[in-house]
Amino acid sequence: MSDPLEADNVIEARGLLKLYGSTRAVDSIDLSIRKGEIFGLLGPNGAGKTTTILMMLGLTETSGGSVDVLGFNPVRQPLEVKRRVGYLPDAVGFYDHLTARENLVYIARLLDIPRRETDGRIMEALSAVQLAEVADKRVATFSRGMRQRLGIAEIVMKKAEVAILDEPTSGLDPHATFELLEMIRGLKKSGVAVLLSSHLLDRVQSVCDRVALFNKGKIALMGSVVELANQVLGAGHPILIEATGTDVPAALKGIEGVQQVLPDGAGIWRVVADRDIRAAAAQRIVSAGGSLTRLAELQPSLEEVYTRYFEEARRAA
Amino acid sequence: MLRNQGRREGSPFTGVGPVFVKELSDHLSSTRMLVLTLFVIVFGALPVGFTLQTLREVTQSDQYLFLRIFTVSPQQVPISFIAALTFMIPLMAIGLGFDAVNSEFNRRTLSRVLSQPIYRDALLLGKFLGGLATLAVALTALFLIVFGAGLLLLGLPPRGPEVVRGVAFLIVAIAYGGVWLAVAMLFSVIFRSTATSALCSLGLWLFFFLLWPMIAQAITTGFMPAQFRSVDEVLSLEQFSSALQRLSPGTLFGEAVLGLLQPETKAFGDFANLVMAQTRGMIPGTPLPFDQSLLLIWPQITGLIAGMIVVFSIAYIVFQREEVRA
Repeated sequence: MSDPLEADNVIEARGLLKLYGSTRAVDSIDLSIRKGEIFGLLGPNGAGKTTTILMMLGLTETSGGSVDVLGFNPVRQPLEVKRRVGYLPDAVGFYDHLTARENLVYIARLLDIPRRETDGRIMEALSAVQLAEVADKRVATFSRGMRQRLGIAEIVMKKAEVAILDEPTSGLDPHATFELLEMIRGLKKSGVAVLLSSHLLDRVQSVCDRVALFNKGKIALMGSVVELANQVLGAGHPILIEATGTDVPAALKGIEGVQQVLPDGAGIWRVVADRDIRAAAAQRIVSAGGSLTRLAELQPSLEEVYTRYFEEARRAA
Repeated sequence: MLRNQGRREGSPFTGVGPVFVKELSDHLSSTRMLVLTLFVIVFGALPVGFTLQTLREVTQSDQYLFLRIFTVSPQQVPISFIAALTFMIPLMAIGLGFDAVNSEFNRRTLSRVLSQPIYRDALLLGKFLGGLATLAVALTALFLIVFGAGLLLLGLPPRGPEVVRGVAFLIVAIAYGGVWLAVAMLFSVIFRSTATSALCSLGLWLFFFLLWPMIAQAITTGFMPAQFRSVDEVLSLEQFSSALQRLSPGTLFGEAVLGLLQPETKAFGDFANLVMAQTRGMIPGTPLPFDQSLLLIWPQITGLIAGMIVVFSIAYIVFQREEVRA
């Protein structure tokens, strides 16, 4: 792993270990999160994502290894870490009998934000998550999505340097999920490093710069989505061709680099090549008299990576 | 947390203030508090009202007449005001503390609050102090109401020593509430379910009020010799019985209050009182000065405060070991 003093890293874990009895909930993981990136912790439930997060915040003891957050040790200096890191727990709760503003005021008091700044910072944070209009409504009336956004507002108010979000989109409808992901991007834009855990892969894929795939307490894979796809699905440029009027597999035969041509429905083919063959493919199809209606590079899907990886892991076991 | 990587840094009291203020304001504005206060006032008003009626008919001079409001059992109802309080204060304290920690857990606010720069110590202490302050406010209000009623209905102001004893009584009452608040909070840390925690606190309360006196009596009877051979033997048996009874915070409170509000008290236990009077040449029925009374009940007061601290420490240790995740 990289040097602990590397200025680019905000979180760095080395050999991080958590034992519950004899089970290794988190098994010697190495992980580093860079400044200003969105990092996804992925994996099935019980793979050790939340435990890892709690250890980073000093909310649970480590059994071994070390973790460094913004230059502080969460075990010995939890207050320093927690002053700078915002945390949105899985299924976050607020005091229902208080309003959104009152909930944030309490946190502001705990953070020791100067009183004359409190109001401004709270309203700023609530506007950032579009909750300004309901600032004085009781949280009891809030929907799940609004609560999650209020959680984000707390992180904005805190002016956190790192935001740790545990399953931020679970239980949200597609629209609320979309809004929340926009807010997460907003956090990134304002320079906050975001660590989020999730099992909703396609959503995560769209926001994460890098991901780590957890399996049974270990990090099975780590890197950008494309890197992972290459690692698991094999290197290559998958493309999708939709054409009529010609025999596509025949037309593509002979193009250098084509490895596989598989039918994917009527008039649709999935082509795997070791390089970008889109131009050559278009030319061949058109000159063979076919009409090309679609030619697209397929983004490797995290879902596919995930499914394939766990299939292989199961087969290997 | 402290085991392998050295000491943690930062004051454990960071954040006690905000937690305290929030808890206090939550308690004072809650419906539960309103219900509890009404409950206490009704229970307190009944004996006080009847006591005042009884006292108005007293014609002989009594220099501690004002304090009798607290201690006299009226003819109409068989309990004095302090007997009612012995019973009611635990209920109030349990009402304030039984869901202190587990409700945060169930509302899923615990991990969010603990991810702020605050140690668990501060959260627990802030909650405890908030509850204690609420109790103090309620008891002080009740105390002033009783004092005011006394002023109006007896038509005579309390004398200085009576006020001093009254205030000391208030402090002891708050400490007594603190013991039960700590007990309720301990259960709120141990049990995730608020119902279980309330049930356990109330169970313990009933145990000390109903069962423990009987058990202590039974144990004492078991040790009773067939025939008493000396005064010392009787006295030591009574002391043994008292020692057992004093394991209950209610007994400690009762004795402390008796020493304070009934200045004639020179020892606890009928026989001990008699022996004291004879051996020291004291005349039964003469009041002790305040400092002597205080000296007499000092063990009871320290016992209450120590009990409060011990139970709170246990709650603290349990809370430190608890996992915050759901």
